[in-house]
Amino acid sequence: MSHWTFILASYALTALGTVGLTWWSWASMRSAERQVEDLRNDR
Amino acid sequence: MQTLANPARFLKIARPLTPVLGWGGALLIVGALAVGLFVAPRDYLQGESVRIIYVHVPAAWLGMGGWTGLAIASFMQLVWRHPLAAIAARAIAVPGAVFAALCLVTGSLWGKPTWGTYWQWDARLTSMLILLFLYIAYIALDDAERERGGEGRIAAIFGLVGAINIPIIHYSVEYWNTLHQGQSISFLRASSTVDASMLWPLLVSAAGFSLLFGAIVLMRMRAALARQKVEARLRRYS
Repeated sequence: MSHWTFILASYALTALGTVGLTWWSWASMRSAERQVEDLRNDR
Repeated sequence: MQTLANPARFLKIARPLTPVLGWGGALLIVGALAVGLFVAPRDYLQGESVRIIYVHVPAAWLGMGGWTGLAIASFMQLVWRHPLAAIAARAIAVPGAVFAALCLVTGSLWGKPTWGTYWQWDARLTSMLILLFLYIAYIALDDAERERGGEGRIAAIFGLVGAINIPIIHYSVEYWNTLHQGQSISFLRASSTVDASMLWPLLVSAAGFSLLFGAIVLMRMRAALARQKVEARLRRYS
């Protein structure tokens, strides 16, 4: 049983979870803040 | 603390702080994990599988630290009715749940080559799984409460009560016979049984993930504040 299979799986899942969560949080923030800017410009 | 109670003042600090924490955290993580994968030595007993420590331990600390932060924010929400406390607690819940899940998955992947099993119903693993369920329950409860027009006070009480699981997780390896190894690093006693060549990339990795966690929480708080602003304006226009 190669330990590297388990190591790489752990790192890949951590990278996927962390990058996915960061991207999702950033996209939600940008979208919400853009809505505020749009409303401010429409006024 | 009261200075930050004002959302405008909070945003003035959060806007420049978000990229600093995010990019700073990302750089530290990449550096520490590269060292963990290619430079740090293998363990004399566990072999190469010890490299999982550089992702598993930060995930565990953030899963537990996340709930501690959530409980503090819930306390502030209930006692001082701090306007940002409820937003902070909600912003911590999802990243906290993700890191608790990553801790369980990476721990499971570490368990197979070292213990010969992916899962064991022992005190440390079970209490960590309970923490993940607590996060999921908190998110569901808070969503349900807010859909009914509540302020999230029931979720805040749940956040406080759930904090009882944190010392249980921490001391589970001391009070019960578990498959999980005992505490290797103590910040209170400033001591460690981990060799320096493995300890410093671990601490850098933990610092990096913590900074990134902070950036994610700030992003989620900023999104929640912006959404509140949009809803208030739309209500005013209608």
